[in-house]
Amino acid sequence: MSSEMYARIRKNPKFKELVSKRERLAWTLTGIVLVLFFGLFMTVAFNPAVLAIRLGDSFVTTGLLMGFFQFILFWVLTAFYVVRANSEFDALTEELLRESMKAKK
Amino acid sequence: MKKTLLKLAAGLVVSGTTGAVLAAGAVEITQKQPLNIPAIIMFAIFVGMTLAITYWAASRTKTASDFYTAGGGITGFQNGLAMAGDYMSAATLLGLTAMVYTNGYDAYLFMIAFFVGWPIILFLMAERLRNLGKFTFADITSYRLDQGKVRTMAAIGSLTVVCFYLIVQMVGAGQLIKLLFGLDYHIAVIVVGALMVVYVTFGGMVATTWVQIIKACLLLFGGTVITVLAFSQFGFSFNTLAAKTIELHKLKDMLYAPGKLLEDPINAISLAMGLMFGLAGLPHILMRFFTVNNAKEARKSVLYAAGFVGFFFNVILLMGLCAIVIVGTNPEFFEGGTIGGKIIGGGNMVAMHLAKAVGGNLLLGFLAAVAFATILAVVSGLALAGASAISHDLYARVIKKGNVSEAQEIKVSKMASFGIGLIAVVLGIAFEKQNVAFMAALAFGIAAAGNFPVLFLSMYWKDLTTRGALAAGYGGLTAAVVLVVLSKSVWVTVLGYATPIFPYDQPALFAMPLAFLLGYVFSITDKSERAGKERAAFADQWVRAQTGFGADGAVSH
Repeated sequence: MSSEMYARIRKNPKFKELVSKRERLAWTLTGIVLVLFFGLFMTVAFNPAVLAIRLGDSFVTTGLLMGFFQFILFWVLTAFYVVRANSEFDALTEELLRESMKAKK
Repeated sequence: MKKTLLKLAAGLVVSGTTGAVLAAGAVEITQKQPLNIPAIIMFAIFVGMTLAITYWAASRTKTASDFYTAGGGITGFQNGLAMAGDYMSAATLLGLTAMVYTNGYDAYLFMIAFFVGWPIILFLMAERLRNLGKFTFADITSYRLDQGKVRTMAAIGSLTVVCFYLIVQMVGAGQLIKLLFGLDYHIAVIVVGALMVVYVTFGGMVATTWVQIIKACLLLFGGTVITVLAFSQFGFSFNTLAAKTIELHKLKDMLYAPGKLLEDPINAISLAMGLMFGLAGLPHILMRFFTVNNAKEARKSVLYAAGFVGFFFNVILLMGLCAIVIVGTNPEFFEGGTIGGKIIGGGNMVAMHLAKAVGGNLLLGFLAAVAFATILAVVSGLALAGASAISHDLYARVIKKGNVSEAQEIKVSKMASFGIGLIAVVLGIAFEKQNVAFMAALAFGIAAAGNFPVLFLSMYWKDLTTRGALAAGYGGLTAAVVLVVLSKSVWVTVLGYATPIFPYDQPALFAMPLAFLLGYVFSITDKSERAGKERAAFADQWVRAQTGFGADGAVSH
């Protein structure tokens, strides 16, 4: 019974739309996080001097700023994903499920 | 010159240990201190409150779903706090502050590595976990595979992680409490074990969650208050603080630049991978995804958890830096009153000393009580995860093949948590004088290489078969264990050999790809009839993972 429902959902073009949209967003964001994070760690390993530069007359170094920036950016990306998933993707999911339910009758 | 180098090397050994340990527990052998009355009173209040909650929770814990997942009735915000609580152990507070105090910027890099797992777990796993799982993460790995074999493997993975992590916590608790409260090591370990069993057996996930939420609030509050008080001494100006620290610290300018800790790229990457993917394989964190009602709340949980963890790590940075000036120049906090000498109670006490310096005995007592509460909350989460692996996976699904009443399953779960409590106390006492730093590396290593690859493949790769899953799971677990045994923390520190065979701190960089490779090879070469059925079943699983249709506890549309 639920297997039939699953098959109907799969056939609905909205399913493909949902999956491709969400996968694209999720993997893009994952890519950004991984590139920036491992980029920072590679810089630490191979060119640490770049991270020791002071900004102007302040004692804040580029490394400190990069670190703080990652905390903020990663959290903002998290928020961005949650907002889109909880509105757009969930609405699409709901439509998809409603249509697939109806198709049964 | 030679002498400085030697000193530096010694410093690195100490900080390296902190690095491995801070994930789980402060495990230096400590000196017993005089009885700390305000701390004990405040801790007693915390225990009283949590026991009252447990009493209340017991009346609401009737079904298996109540017991394992609080009936799915936790909100995203509450769950986010509890997740952050699960992740921020006493060692996070004490160990990381100490690490900032000694290593400056390197500690900040560590914290980023600890943080970065959260966005990843959200983007790639959160909603799938919620949509596919019920009580344990084995529900997901065994979704379309052989229930008996895959669940047994997942349970072994969970229990090993829980066991090692628990030992580190217990030993840390004993040492810490001896130091903070002036209580005997054995009493401390028994108190922690007993309270943990009470919370879990009577209150199940409801009590465990609320204990965790209260503790997370106390920890965030305590840390923030100390930091605000300390930072106010510098007029809330980072530049004033930084100028002072550079003047005082032996690293000088290099305090704010990458140092020696993560110099070796392979070690740094392996460590980062272990921390990042270890998070996605810790059974007590994964279990939290099942306590909320739907994928929407699961996502919110991560958002809040990441917010709290990220905020707290930055608070810890400030705490450690303030301590360089406030604690580092006060003879009261050094043995024999020699500034720059050995810190009273060991390096991990920096945060405590800072609390005392800015808020007197009252704030010190408060922070000590929070540290104790933190250990208690983390071990309870671990015990519940371990008990679920025994009752839900091994007993109900593997041994009884699903033919078991809910009441019976809960009964076994309660017995299991009692057993885990007993084992934790016994091992905690047995390992009192041992260096258990390696167990933290093991817990994260096994989580990253044993649990995570199978979980990830089962959700993402349609061709995964039972044979592949078993190869990945057992292969990753074995590789993680072997590499940790051959690494410095066991080979040199415990077994006493001169040089480690495996030169890195964390096995993840090697063990994790091996697990994926084994999973891949043993799946694609699997031509059995069963493998065909398992591949075919992926299509439906995929729809459920994506839409939540048929998900446990989900609102039907």
